[in-house]
Amino acid sequence: MTTDISKKGPGDDVPKVRPAEAIKAIPVRHFGRYVAAVLAIGVLATIVYAFSQGDINWGAIPDNFFDDRILRGVRETLILTFLSMLIGVVGGVVLAVMRLSKNPVTSSIAWFYIWFFRGTPVLVQLFVWFNLGFVFDYVNLGPVYKDEWSDFMTPFLTALLGLGLNEAAYMAEICRAGLLSVDEGQTEAAHALGMSHNKTLRRVVLPQAMRVVVPPTGNEFINMLKTTSLVAAVQYYELLKYAQDIGTSSGATVEALLLAACWYLIMTSVLSVGQFYLERYYARGSSRSLPATPFQKIKANMLSLSNRGTGGVPQ
Amino acid sequence: MTAMVTAENVHKSFGNVEVLKGIDLEVETGEVFCLIGPSGSGKSTFLRCINHLEKINAGRLYVDGDLVGYRQKGDKLYELKDSEVALKRRDIGMVFQRFNLFPHMTALENVMEAPVQVKGVAKAEARERAGQLLDRVGLADKAGNYPSQLSGGQQQRVAIARALAMDPKLMLFDEPTSALDPELVGDVLDVMRDLAESGMTMVVVTHEMGFAREVGDSLVFMDEGVVVESGHPRDVLTNPRQERTQSFLSKVL
Repeated sequence: MTTDISKKGPGDDVPKVRPAEAIKAIPVRHFGRYVAAVLAIGVLATIVYAFSQGDINWGAIPDNFFDDRILRGVRETLILTFLSMLIGVVGGVVLAVMRLSKNPVTSSIAWFYIWFFRGTPVLVQLFVWFNLGFVFDYVNLGPVYKDEWSDFMTPFLTALLGLGLNEAAYMAEICRAGLLSVDEGQTEAAHALGMSHNKTLRRVVLPQAMRVVVPPTGNEFINMLKTTSLVAAVQYYELLKYAQDIGTSSGATVEALLLAACWYLIMTSVLSVGQFYLERYYARGSSRSLPATPFQKIKANMLSLSNRGTGGVPQ
Repeated sequence: MTAMVTAENVHKSFGNVEVLKGIDLEVETGEVFCLIGPSGSGKSTFLRCINHLEKINAGRLYVDGDLVGYRQKGDKLYELKDSEVALKRRDIGMVFQRFNLFPHMTALENVMEAPVQVKGVAKAEARERAGQLLDRVGLADKAGNYPSQLSGGQQQRVAIARALAMDPKLMLFDEPTSALDPELVGDVLDVMRDLAESGMTMVVVTHEMGFAREVGDSLVFMDEGVVVESGHPRDVLTNPRQERTQSFLSKVL
């Protein structure tokens, strides 16, 4: 370093970079951290010990892990999650656009919808959908469709509507925040180039709104996966309901619930990985360097390990 | 000489605040027309009226002989549809103070975007043309960079290339150097000077008196929504006749 700089200067008047001895000091001891670590390990050990003393048949979990009913439950949970989120996202975008429109009628209706569905518990909404059969005998959409209510409102549709319509209210607020987060100058620049409203929305505003919308939507997805377990209360058979059935019939209630918990953990973990890559994609252009993928981190670590011996600086 | 922009008694209000109080001026084809004045004088607002980003409340504004934002039939005015307004805007390039590049697109994609999406130019052709335009503003080596990886001066030059990609007959500059570090102003002004020499009609809102004096063909000094003084830049800047012009120039020169 020093030689490079002194080469450039014609004489001694150029400030030189002077080497300095690195600071070697005794680091501060954090005794509090040792105490906290010991306490935490103590509590953890107590809990593990307690469960080891409980009458839990651990073997029942791996034995039933790939039970047909469990696998069917996993499938039902995933289908319900994806379809509810589909209703939620589509409904949310529509509601957000309604809410932001200059038309006072559509924006008030959207406001009312969001107010109602966010303001009431989703379990209450599920029960209402479930029990609508008490007030309606049949569905009549004129010439289009007519059927007995009980044939129309299956447990699946009850679950789907209950979860999807509730989710739409939350997604609407997420989408609205995303659309509002895009600078007005972007719209102006696009309009000044002669782009239409639709093109501006599709090519300029939405891609930028996605950066704000994707992370909370990923969270909503993971939340939805867990919230689907509520529909066990309206007699829809998904992972939890099947696990409960297995628990009741075999007597291994807690084991079956832990088994369900394992499956939920696996599914939410897989979704989290997907979310990471999706966020990375929409972050392009927003920061100078994107967060490294786990694969890139491993690669960088291996490089730095191999460089350590030669004293090179990994970059 | 034909007029590219003609303003007749143009008024513009935001709520109760009247920002433009009757602007009359004419921009000739091929000239560099500079608008100067203190902030809040309405010069940026007037610029934004020219491509209908703002609607005027009274008066008439013409670009290349056509009424801006309206169609006249007999003595009735009909508002233009959004698509018709967009069609007119294709011919008017605009450069903003805050650049307003699309941050999710590279420099090259920013320049390609409008020709491909608005004019339907083939991608390969647009890419080649965008490369030439970036080369013209001295940024051929930055084609693959995102705006966040460019300096303010570089971003503004990409923004000029983006506007030029639509082959406009008129370019509007809204304080193009006001958001830049002093050392980066020169590069942008060089590009604008080059553009002026190629015969482009330019309306420039600026605080760069040196640029106005050297490159400008006409100059208007605005204050509180009216044109206070106009003429050749050298005359107005060196021998201002109005007292308000004199006091403004004494502060900025």
